Amino acid sequence: MRENSINPIFRIDIWVLLLYFVLLFCGWVSVCGASHDIGDVDFLSWQSRTGKQLVWIACSIGLGAVIMMIEDRYYEILADLFYWVMVVILFITPFIANDVKGSRSWIPLGPVSLQPAEFAKCATALALAKLINQYGFTLNKRQNLIRAAIIVLIPLVLIIMQKETGSALVYCSFSLMFYREGMPGCILFCAVAAVVYFVVGIGYSLTPLPGTTGDVGEFAVLNIIWIFVVAMVRIYLPRQPEHVRRLTVLGIAVNVLAWSVSAIFVPFDLSWAILGLNAFIAAYLGWMWAGQRLSQWFLIFIFSIGSIGFLYLSDFTLNSLLKDYQRTRICVLLGIEEDRDAAYNVNQSKIAIGSGGLMGKGFMNGTQTKLDYVPEQDTDFIFCTVGEEEGFVGATFVLLLFLALILRLLYLAEQQVTVFGRVFGYCVLSILLFHVFINIGMVTGLAPVIGIPLPFFSYGGSSLWGFTFLLFIFLRIDAGRKRR
Amino acid sequence: MPKDYSFEKRKYIIGGVAIAIIALYIVRIFTLQLLSDDYRQRADSNAFRKEVLFPARGQISDRNGFLMVYNEPSYNITVVMQDQHGIDTLDFCRTVGITREEYIARMADIKDSKKHPNYSRNTPQLFMSQIPAEEFSKIREKLFRFNGFSAEKRTVRCYAGPWAAHVLGDVGEVGQADIDSDSYYKSGDFIGKLGIERSYEKVLRGEKGKRIMLRDVHGRTKGHYQDGKYDVAPIAGRNLTLGIDIELQKLAERLLEGKLGAIVAIEPSSGEILCMASSPTYDPRKMVGRDRGKHHFELAADPMRPLLNRAIMGCYPPGSTFKPSQGLIGLQEGAIQPNTAFPCAHGFNYKGLHLGCHGHASPMPIIPALGTSCNAFFCWNLMRMFGNRSKYSTTQEAMTRWKDHLVSMGFGYKLGIDLPGEKRGMIPNADYYDKAYKGSWNALTVISISIGQGEVTATPLQIANLCATIANRGYYYIPHVVRSIQGEHIDTTYTRRHYTMVDQKWYSYIVAGMRKAVVSGTCVGANIPGYEVCGKTGTAQNRGADHSAFMGFAPMEKPRIAVAVYVENGGFGAHFGVPLGSLIMEQYLNGKLSAASERKAEEFQNKRINYGTRAR
Repeated sequence: MRENSINPIFRIDIWVLLLYFVLLFCGWVSVCGASHDIGDVDFLSWQSRTGKQLVWIACSIGLGAVIMMIEDRYYEILADLFYWVMVVILFITPFIANDVKGSRSWIPLGPVSLQPAEFAKCATALALAKLINQYGFTLNKRQNLIRAAIIVLIPLVLIIMQKETGSALVYCSFSLMFYREGMPGCILFCAVAAVVYFVVGIGYSLTPLPGTTGDVGEFAVLNIIWIFVVAMVRIYLPRQPEHVRRLTVLGIAVNVLAWSVSAIFVPFDLSWAILGLNAFIAAYLGWMWAGQRLSQWFLIFIFSIGSIGFLYLSDFTLNSLLKDYQRTRICVLLGIEEDRDAAYNVNQSKIAIGSGGLMGKGFMNGTQTKLDYVPEQDTDFIFCTVGEEEGFVGATFVLLLFLALILRLLYLAEQQVTVFGRVFGYCVLSILLFHVFINIGMVTGLAPVIGIPLPFFSYGGSSLWGFTFLLFIFLRIDAGRKRR
Repeated sequence: MPKDYSFEKRKYIIGGVAIAIIALYIVRIFTLQLLSDDYRQRADSNAFRKEVLFPARGQISDRNGFLMVYNEPSYNITVVMQDQHGIDTLDFCRTVGITREEYIARMADIKDSKKHPNYSRNTPQLFMSQIPAEEFSKIREKLFRFNGFSAEKRTVRCYAGPWAAHVLGDVGEVGQADIDSDSYYKSGDFIGKLGIERSYEKVLRGEKGKRIMLRDVHGRTKGHYQDGKYDVAPIAGRNLTLGIDIELQKLAERLLEGKLGAIVAIEPSSGEILCMASSPTYDPRKMVGRDRGKHHFELAADPMRPLLNRAIMGCYPPGSTFKPSQGLIGLQEGAIQPNTAFPCAHGFNYKGLHLGCHGHASPMPIIPALGTSCNAFFCWNLMRMFGNRSKYSTTQEAMTRWKDHLVSMGFGYKLGIDLPGEKRGMIPNADYYDKAYKGSWNALTVISISIGQGEVTATPLQIANLCATIANRGYYYIPHVVRSIQGEHIDTTYTRRHYTMVDQKWYSYIVAGMRKAVVSGTCVGANIPGYEVCGKTGTAQNRGADHSAFMGFAPMEKPRIAVAVYVENGGFGAHFGVPLGSLIMEQYLNGKLSAASERKAEEFQNKRINYGTRAR
């Protein structure tokens, strides 16, 4: 590898850089809009949050420049070191951190405090990229899958120990990268299925099913399991259509018969009938596997059993494993519980966005944010300010900015010549997408209130720096590619 | 390192997921922001506290600038529930003068979310209202001790004295009907209920202002919305100057004490009401504050009906005060000439009908007939007119003509005074008698209308107005109590002359007749030294004792005052009507009463008429 005389800053991807600056600017304007006081605010004063944010932004740009100066191969070489240092910091954080709203994740450093969890994402992404970059590495091997999982799980567990569940959930976003790198799609499907079971099962657990004594949630989930299983048989065993026919007819028959009996003769809980149907199908699958010795039968069998198990475990999880406030948030989101605080926050946030209209109320004129109706208005709920003050036009513009950035990163990641570069690129865009997905979903009332910041917008240095690290390391790797 | 192409297609799925998520969110914010206005309204109701700024109600003064009605501060005690803790409840109750039970009930009432949907622990809630200033001064000293309690200043109507209750009226809290018919009013607002408070409500009330304050999540006020760009300052109500002369009004009310009746005085040259007294009256000062409802109920239940403004609501037979109008009609219609004389044999006798009169010289023409109030003369006058078949083809036609004359003099319909509740009195027309007598009637049947009896009724205001038309020799202005509205002219309705259908030339005979009545006729007692007083008595028969009536004006040339006095069951017109009317005219013309007149006034003030206890 020969040194190239051209400064890598000149080979930087101009689109990403431009989007970065535009997002930073929009973010700062939003923080200004969300500043508490009415009347004249000195935006540039170090005392105000807007002034501080400006310092963070300046530091980020400086940081970006420094990252661009460093030789790109160091990122690969030092990836493991970064990772383990980060793990150690994450480990000691709860012991030296101050308690902020129940979480111990902020390390005080003089006048400011930093959140190591924001930087751990970058270190984990680097470590994963280096792991997958190894010659002959493929995620189809169980051993490799486990090694990759361990790299993700160590910081995840440590962050959960800091009681920062939101930041921990971000690590789920790596699954998108894993998917690109060859993780079987069925794992993602299982994850989606689990979410569907959970939302439907818990969400409708109190809605009675007409004509029976049971509830809609359990009945619907059991039927979904049946449909999923039949569909899987159809997709993975295309040469044996007779099983699909058999199981479909059986399922319809059981449903119709059970409902008729319940509605006309003796009302009973229909779930038992559908559970019986699923148990029969599971046994059928097991029997087929025993006969044909095809692994597909076994996997579908496992899926069937697992799904049923998950359904009945999710109730237990909700009531016993999750923390009280988390359970409340989930229940509020699913509409089965009225929690004043959680519902209030989401409601006020929706009012703020909804009151913006097409053009918004104008910069600094948002009443919802200005008068403290929206909680965490300059951090997690910053998008409310955008929606309220800049309206549909501004909010859509911001969403499209994020989409443009993510798609540009996707394009660049695919352009990478090294697996390291590509994997890291996918990590960056996955994390970004997850943050946007959860944060905007939360403020618009579509996702549960999980406290994670909106990249480049939310007030605070740690988040901004964390994303600057991610983005500029990738830009540096990308710039390095072009000289070859 | 070779590129791994096997999973490259998955980039489309990942890109698709990103696009789908952003698209979903754009749809979501579209539905939130553009599909309904609900969120904006909720944001506004969150953030804006619209405070109403109440204007000061216009003040009312008499024609000489004496302030009759003004505003005084009153206080409301408010409580912020959040801050209200650890107070000595017993001490508080003693201070504001309520019982502990009332305190507990009031607190529960404030917190009741059904009655107060906007209840907030952080904002002041009304605890007690309309505490008069002197009562509040005692509370003020101790109020600081009770955390969370504070006072806000409002105003309450104040009256200079117990006078002119019927004219001034009062204000009270708006009823549901007012709120429904005028969006200006909100529950708890005040509105004029009676008198000019009601008829000039829109002038007196002013315009409410508003102030949009920003309210933060804790209910604290955070300044004006948009620096007060949308705030509106209240416009104070305009002040009214009345035509009423307060000294005259006081005298009129004194004279009517212990009697039922009314005195109305009009300035003929303008139609302004100089005084309007109705008896029994009440003290308007009792009709403000927390006890208004109680007092109003008591007055409404009184069998003597003190709430009734007899000057404009009492319909009485005008009796002989009606005769001048008959004389005018007779002269105008050619039924009589100024020198036409009719005989009077202790009354009117025709075809067996006898209508009595007192003894006087006979026959006599119109001027002495008015002076002695000869019944026969006016009966003949009507007979002549109604029987004139060369002029009117039927009695009905004559009757219609007769009625039209009286309507042009202000009878039979509401005059349109600027006070609510005016009655129209009764002037029968041909239809009325056709119905009553099934078509078979003639002048003789209805002869009593010629002397202001029978079916004819009028309000004291209409009688005074008749007097004013005679004083003006043929026209009147619609009587009105309000002289000017804070520098502005009053409505042209009240400044337009209304001419009667009688030529001006005939009035001189009537004036001469009324002058003769004072000089040597029925109302000699009305004479005021130094003035040429004209007058006409009335003794109206009714089911009980006769009503005593009088109308008069003075001076004869360039009259300054026209007055009507009506005292129920007061006997002859000369018993009450004449002396009372004379005193009123003297007071107004001289600005005071002579010593002798003052004694007379006192004597009449102390005279009582026994009305029994029957409801009237």
